[in-house]
Amino acid sequence: MAKVHVSTTVNGQPMDVLVEPNDSLLDTLRDGLGLTGTKEGCATGDCGACSVMLDGRLVCSCLVLGAEAEGKTIDTIEGVADGDGLHIIQQKFLEHAALQCGICTPGFIVAAKALLEREPNPDETTIRYWLAGNLCRCTGYDKIVRAVQDAANELASPA
Amino acid sequence: MAEAVDLKAIGTRPVRPDGVEKVTGRANFGADLNLPGMLHGKILRSPHAHARIKSIDLSGALAVDGVLAAISGEDIPGGGDLGDNVLANEKVLYHGHAVAAVAATSAYIAEQALDQIQVEYEVLNPVLSIDDAIADGATLVNESQHTNGDTSQPASNIAAITKFERGDIDKGFAEAAVVAEGEFRVPTAHQGYIEPHACTATINEEGKATVWCCTQGQFDVRSMTANCLDKQVSDIRVIPSEIGGGFGGKTTIYLEPVAVKLSEISGRPVKMVMSREEVFRATGPTSATLCRVKVGAKSDGTITAATAWLAYEAGAYPGAPVGPGCMSVLAPYELENFKIEGHDVLVNKPKVAAYRAPGAPQSMHAMECAIDDLARKLEMDPIELRLKNAADEGTIAPYGPQFPAIGLRACLEAAKVHPNYTTPPAEGQGRGVAVGFWFNIGMQSSAEIRIAENGAVTIMEGSPDIGGSRASMCLMAAETLGIPYENINAHVGDTEATGYCNTTGGSRTTFATGMAVIEACEDIIAQCKERAALTWDLDVNQVDWEDGQAVPKPGVNADVKPLSLADIARSAGRTGGPLLGRASLNAQGPGASFSVNWTDVEVDRETGKVDVMAFTGVQDAGRAIHPSYVEGQMQGGAVQGLGWALNEEYIYDANGVMENAGFLDYRVPVTSDMPMIDTQIVEVPNPSHPYGVRGVGETPIVAPLAATSNAVRDALGFRINDLPLSPPRVLAAIDENE
Ligand code: FES
Ligand code: FES
Repeated sequence: MAKVHVSTTVNGQPMDVLVEPNDSLLDTLRDGLGLTGTKEGCATGDCGACSVMLDGRLVCSCLVLGAEAEGKTIDTIEGVADGDGLHIIQQKFLEHAALQCGICTPGFIVAAKALLEREPNPDETTIRYWLAGNLCRCTGYDKIVRAVQDAANELASPA
Repeated sequence: MAEAVDLKAIGTRPVRPDGVEKVTGRANFGADLNLPGMLHGKILRSPHAHARIKSIDLSGALAVDGVLAAISGEDIPGGGDLGDNVLANEKVLYHGHAVAAVAATSAYIAEQALDQIQVEYEVLNPVLSIDDAIADGATLVNESQHTNGDTSQPASNIAAITKFERGDIDKGFAEAAVVAEGEFRVPTAHQGYIEPHACTATINEEGKATVWCCTQGQFDVRSMTANCLDKQVSDIRVIPSEIGGGFGGKTTIYLEPVAVKLSEISGRPVKMVMSREEVFRATGPTSATLCRVKVGAKSDGTITAATAWLAYEAGAYPGAPVGPGCMSVLAPYELENFKIEGHDVLVNKPKVAAYRAPGAPQSMHAMECAIDDLARKLEMDPIELRLKNAADEGTIAPYGPQFPAIGLRACLEAAKVHPNYTTPPAEGQGRGVAVGFWFNIGMQSSAEIRIAENGAVTIMEGSPDIGGSRASMCLMAAETLGIPYENINAHVGDTEATGYCNTTGGSRTTFATGMAVIEACEDIIAQCKERAALTWDLDVNQVDWEDGQAVPKPGVNADVKPLSLADIARSAGRTGGPLLGRASLNAQGPGASFSVNWTDVEVDRETGKVDVMAFTGVQDAGRAIHPSYVEGQMQGGAVQGLGWALNEEYIYDANGVMENAGFLDYRVPVTSDMPMIDTQIVEVPNPSHPYGVRGVGETPIVAPLAATSNAVRDALGFRINDLPLSPPRVLAAIDENE
């Protein structure tokens, strides 16, 4: 099968990559571009470990074809800390011990950031439903929800 | 043992040393490694649950462009059952059993090549349940399996029977005023770690292999892989990646010998990553079980006798966790008369692997449901009934040893006055209580402490960090050395970089590897005192170590300034060379951990759906080194237990094909299913650990099963014995009872 040439923007940088027609965006990021921060837990859209932003929308990158990234803007976990240190959500995940093994963490952070950009002051139920597409088998979610609540509070009233 | 009041670092909640790597996506997990020239390996799996392999022809696969190697069972010469599970030999024993493997220049080519492998099968009847397996005339999973190896008896699917007995149960039941009993089934559940198994292997012309993989134990991967390939452990180096969850499921191997063999044939590195479907069909899970229990008590609540008949599915090879199931079923109670009998039963399903407190959740679900029924019959508070009979220091555990200081009573007392318990459940909700227990293990660990020229401390140890253990190692080192946590980092070494450590499992890491870290720090302190004595021209007996510095002992007449670790490190070249501390041990006295859980549920009588409205866990941690990670274990274990209680189960069709091999249909709890999980840590120090640590990781999954069953019983007014309490089962039970 002939590979497809894709020009895309990842974390603000223009990038070119050759993809197999049946590669997912997740494969393209991980194998084509070496951005292994985005994880595969299922490849069927059920776990959220592969969460990325595609033109500003939260998607499971395992459900998008790599070829579909042509001309699009993609933001991944590698772009969340923007050079001025960690993003507040990353900081709160650390302070609240909201990760144990950490395999789900990139997906949760990308998803939580998308939530707070849309809904700066979510209540617990909103957080729980927004993050319902991200599986974590280690934490029982309690500390993740608290980390997101705390990040929202701090974003609302910077210390 | 250090007193709680003296502790400076232990009990604080700093950020873990590997945290930044993990929140930025930098941390490398099993599937994140790529090597130049690497091939991709894929596995052909059995389409049958039980069949004889008549022939395998790999030539079609080898003819595919881009395929560089193909192997089958005969290429994995050793390993016994383990090797046979890695690649089947004479028979395939479950649907998804690995039969052959190929390595190719891309994963797509490898997958296509699998279709070109010709396997001829003679299909056999599958054995799919305990009832079928133990029935007279049952099809045999393994024709040469005899119960407990007794070849004077006919072959059987019961691989082993275990018994524990004490006292006189007839007399005990005769003394009982009330008796509760029942038969309880718990389904197969998977560990459900989010990271699928992955490894990359390469082998050089001298036969030296290197394996990168996600595992709970690099040393076990080394010995198991060596075994399967008839190699020496010294021929294989295993480098553990970060690990994306394991819960016991990554204490064994599936891919590693295959990847090494494919690399040996192709001369190229080979990477293998399982799909989620393969994870469900061919790894993990834990046993489905059938438990019959009976318990009797006097009218004052004193338990007089209990029996437990347990049968655990082992999957295709012996080794169900029925031993620990037997040992834990009555562990929380002091009683004179009991009889426990456990059966390890072969069925045509995947070989079970350890899952968090292996064996205890199932048997204790049955017994804790019966104890709840007993409390109802006695009209006693369920916590009071347990307090009345609670095992305590000095109790001879049903499995033999005498308990040293344990925290069951302290947990029950804490639960009794907890505001979440003294407040009754909301109108229409039911509440259920249960007790959990796990033995915990000690075993072998090694640790090295290296001091940099600026006094910074590096811990090198061999226990893969599955949930924050680097942070607890650093905290124990900070406490012991008397220096700030921030000056310490911890690394998990590969099999060549660090001393031997048993697998991260049995809740042993903070206890046993922690103990090695503490002893290695003590070694550093002893060396620092010697260096200071040399510098000051004093006898080493005249030097103390205080708050991270060497100081002359009180009363010693020396006009010197204290020497910090950094001072001593800076001049180490002049006092005998670099500072390197080490310790290795076989840790004894791990200290059992008990818990009390209760949950409030609401049952929708229209749909049968059970909603968890509140959950509280109280558990003895001995000493919480990093309380956030202790709470995290309690919360994560609780939610795994709740998932098992409410929804998780392997569903098989009549041919033994799992019908729900994905996260869509094997439904683990998601964020919106759960409430906050309240926790209270109780600290009854473990006398065998310098800071009183008990393992905490496994106990939390045990009690939620029965707590949920008991809560649903309370809400509905009748009991549903079997799990999961999924909407169809609950709805059917409601229809039947109304
Ligand atoms: S890997 Fe994409 S949702 Fe699981
Ligand atoms: S921290 Fe392990 S899956 Fe979430």
